Amino acid sequence: MLTLECPYCGVKAEETELQPGGEAHLKRYGPGSTDEEFDGYMFSRKNPKGVHFERWRHAYGCGKWFLAARCTATLEVFGTYPAQTSEPPAELQAKIKAKRPNWEGYK
Amino acid sequence: MSTRLSKGGRLIDRSKPMGFTFNGKRMQGYQGDTLASALLGADQMLVGRSFKYHRPRGIVASGAEEPNALVGLGQGGRFEPNQRVTTTELFDGAVTESQNHWPSLDFDVGAVNDKLYKFFPAGFYYKTFMFPRAAWKHVFEPIVRQSAGLGKVPTARDEDRYEYAYGFADLVIVGGGIAGLTAALSAGRKGQRVWLIEQTAHWGGRAPVDGVEIDGKPADEWVRTAVETLEKMENVTLRLRTMASGLYDHGYLLAYERVADHTPGDGRPRHRLWRMRAGHVMTATGAIERPLSFAGNDVPGVMLASAVRDYVANWAVSPGDRTVIVTNNDDAYRTALTLLEAGLAVPAVIDARPEAKGALPEAVRARGVRVLTGHGVAKVKGAKRVTGVSVCMQAGEGAEIETIACDAIAMSGGWSPVVHLWSHCGGKLTWDEDHAMFRPDPTRPATGADGAAMVTAIGSANGMLRAADAVADAHMAAGSEGTAPKAVSAEEAPMSPVWIMPEGAGPALRMKMWLDYQNDVKVSDVQLAAREGYESVEHTKRYTTLGMATDQGKLSNINGLAVLSDALHQAIPATGTTTFRPPYTPISIGAIAGEARGEIFQPLRKTPMHDWHEVHGAHWEPVGQWRRPYCYLRTGEGVHDAVNREIRAIRNSVGLLDASTLGKIIVKGPDAGRFLDMLYTNMMSTLAVGKCRYGLMCTENGFLSDDGVVARLSEDTWLCHTTTGGAERIHGWMEDWLQCEWWDWKVYTANVTEEYAQVAVAGPNARKVLEKLGGMDVSKDAHGFMEWREGTLGGFRARVYRISFSGELSYEIAVPASEGRAFWDALLAAGEEFGVTPYGTEAMHIMRAEKGFIMIGDETDGTVIPQDLNLQWAISKKKTDYLGKRAQERSYMVSPDRWKLVGLETLDGSVIPDGAYAVADGVNANGQRNMQGRVTSTYYSPTLNKGIAMGLVKHGPDRMGEVLDFPVDDGKVIKARIVDPVFYDKDGEKQNV
Repeated sequence: MLTLECPYCGVKAEETELQPGGEAHLKRYGPGSTDEEFDGYMFSRKNPKGVHFERWRHAYGCGKWFLAARCTATLEVFGTYPAQTSEPPAELQAKIKAKRPNWEGYK
Repeated sequence: MSTRLSKGGRLIDRSKPMGFTFNGKRMQGYQGDTLASALLGADQMLVGRSFKYHRPRGIVASGAEEPNALVGLGQGGRFEPNQRVTTTELFDGAVTESQNHWPSLDFDVGAVNDKLYKFFPAGFYYKTFMFPRAAWKHVFEPIVRQSAGLGKVPTARDEDRYEYAYGFADLVIVGGGIAGLTAALSAGRKGQRVWLIEQTAHWGGRAPVDGVEIDGKPADEWVRTAVETLEKMENVTLRLRTMASGLYDHGYLLAYERVADHTPGDGRPRHRLWRMRAGHVMTATGAIERPLSFAGNDVPGVMLASAVRDYVANWAVSPGDRTVIVTNNDDAYRTALTLLEAGLAVPAVIDARPEAKGALPEAVRARGVRVLTGHGVAKVKGAKRVTGVSVCMQAGEGAEIETIACDAIAMSGGWSPVVHLWSHCGGKLTWDEDHAMFRPDPTRPATGADGAAMVTAIGSANGMLRAADAVADAHMAAGSEGTAPKAVSAEEAPMSPVWIMPEGAGPALRMKMWLDYQNDVKVSDVQLAAREGYESVEHTKRYTTLGMATDQGKLSNINGLAVLSDALHQAIPATGTTTFRPPYTPISIGAIAGEARGEIFQPLRKTPMHDWHEVHGAHWEPVGQWRRPYCYLRTGEGVHDAVNREIRAIRNSVGLLDASTLGKIIVKGPDAGRFLDMLYTNMMSTLAVGKCRYGLMCTENGFLSDDGVVARLSEDTWLCHTTTGGAERIHGWMEDWLQCEWWDWKVYTANVTEEYAQVAVAGPNARKVLEKLGGMDVSKDAHGFMEWREGTLGGFRARVYRISFSGELSYEIAVPASEGRAFWDALLAAGEEFGVTPYGTEAMHIMRAEKGFIMIGDETDGTVIPQDLNLQWAISKKKTDYLGKRAQERSYMVSPDRWKLVGLETLDGSVIPDGAYAVADGVNANGQRNMQGRVTSTYYSPTLNKGIAMGLVKHGPDRMGEVLDFPVDDGKVIKARIVDPVFYDKDGEKQNV
């Protein structure tokens, strides 16, 4: 059972306190988008074996959504950060790159 | 015979005798006994029957690895099957019974299976019961069901209580032997928060029995001092009778504490499940001795050498008067010495190795014991008890050289580290050629949240089988704080792996070499599986059932996979192990449930009027965690009658519904209107203050997700009603979009569901009831349909919404939750002259169906879009975007072939079963009858006095008047006509008065 630190309230939250929200940093495609764009937004997920960016809500805590970078194979957590951002913080990206030199970036 | 010795026994207190019964026979043991030692002390070697062949089974081991000795323990509300006697502490008055036999333990009819063993090879289930097909249902299954299963299921409610507890530590050390104690001392001195847990009732593990000396003192004495030192450290927690059941992600450790198993009924919880978070885990879980595979190794009286030693040293019980030792290593000679020390006879040591010249064998020889090197056991004599052993050359085919009379055999095939916890979370193993064992590979441990090793194996669990190595290893692993304890034990010469005894044993012998005692899996079964193509150890396990019994193969797995490797002509590491899964030993269901049973199984949500409903005949319906009255039963009234009575009362006069459970979410802020326009399919920003509007919410995938009435409370404030089950979900949904997508919008939300009690007052006399309460003008002109007003009603601060889900003149009134019950009482009093009738959810459902209103979860199922329900009027054409809009533009969503909402009226007035399908001509690609629609809601309408239904039908709205066939059970077909879904008051004259 994972523990993730909520970047808002600083609590090291256990998985039972959290609600998972799937892949992070998706771009929303609404009316006017092509079928391919919408399909990609709605259904296509990376599902990597390795570094993954994902959404979690501290549902039974402060109620805030936050983002986490985690290795899906080893469950190593590289860091958590607030959801109000369109890309992972630069220092977190650098940290992951140092630990996983073959990582291809979050995009 | 097995018997209690007149002196010795380091764990028993002879001044405290304890009585117990086994199969009704009275027996006696002492405080400190396990059930196993007490049974052996009373000469009860035969304790059960095996699963498949019903072979007689005796006690083999002295700890958690015991495969055979399972009993039913206790009576009534404290009966539990499959209790391992080796890990059950004796208590006064214990009632035990053996399992898996009929009519008695000594004479068992099922044992005929044993004579027919040739017909029950591995996989016989899959081979035997195939043909003819009908035979399974009528012949095989009833027989198999009768004879399957181990032990009896308890029939009475569990009298004990159980609890959860939570623990946090920098370091959890699992296993209180000398390695665990050494590590705890070092880590404790460093100031870490340390937990040391031990599954048995005693500290020290095997060292005291094995004659180890530490720091110049006997192990017992050192252990006592170490525990005293640890008890004085405030940062160290010690727990006996606590078994680490499983290790999970990020240092999550489940530990199972058997608080009161040995003191039943003393008021304490029986078991406690510790949910722990460990910064780091050290497994000091020791090692388990392996049996040897020789013919008849399952006859009662054949035991592990270490177990024989334990029974003599710990409990002063001799498993036999004459014990032959069979071994491939030096350690087993310790058993010979222990037996000799106790004055018991050791006729011979049979050692499979060509020579045995270590210190231990020499010490045994010096006592005048015959040591037969290069020899093995051809077969064991005896059926319900060992009577002798037939000796052969290990290198041969089993030709008997001599027979040695004995009543016990102590066997040792070497030791396997207990690597379960190490492996649970991904730690890998490496094959140790010297000791023929898998041990933890320190370069491939399970890793934690920080990517670093989460587990360290220490002591014999790490493959350090000698005490000196184990203690040194533990001290270093725990940071080498303080002086390292120095352990001294006898030198040991190398062991030599023996997987089959004798090496060249033919089929007849291999069929009597047991690997898995409980499930009756033999060497021949594993070899057969290999011949039949089962190359993966995981497949072989499932095909033969090796290691699938309640002991999970603690004794059998390594021997089994060695035999498999041999049959596949490959090295043991190439075969690998099966997966180690929690729990390490079985834990009680009670411990898993904890306190969550009966009334506190889950929290119940109650409205302020709950107690009134309770005493007025509420027939409860669970709605999420809420309980809502389905209807109110009067004396002698059935549910159906009550529902119909309630509906007639509302349609004719007035009724009250407790609608407090309805979700209520405040959405407020400068961008609230813009936000709601994105959330709902229709326009909410244009709603005037003081007005209400019905709205629909869809998922991004376009499907209808929730509905409800929205009221605009002020320029920047809206109140959104959701379904009862949807409040938390929709509030979360709103927060998701606000926090993660439109985080620059100035909006906040609050779920105020429980702040208000809400009552629907519905029926032609609704207005009169409110007027009687007084304080607000609720006339048609002052308070129009789909408007809300705030004021004081009968002295209550009230917000009154004029909305209707029943189709009648209707007001929904919200008051502060604390005043809900008083307000309800006031409404009842005011309505008395009109015969006001409280009604439940079923009346509400039927009345909404009479009006053709949809219900989330009935008309919707996650595949239905609003357009399917003819709700285009609630979808804005002006808005460029809302959640779900893009999805609803997809080709399949705009297809004219989608099933659409219609009403259905049976030709004979009957009620169609819910979910019934309308069939069409022809068959589909799978040869199934084509479908053209289905029923989504169906009721008996007391208003119309006939069955009414709603359903989704292909091209439905264009097919009014057409009759559809709905096949139901027993080949019956119900015919129903497609009609308008609004069955009652199409023009809304009832609600607009």
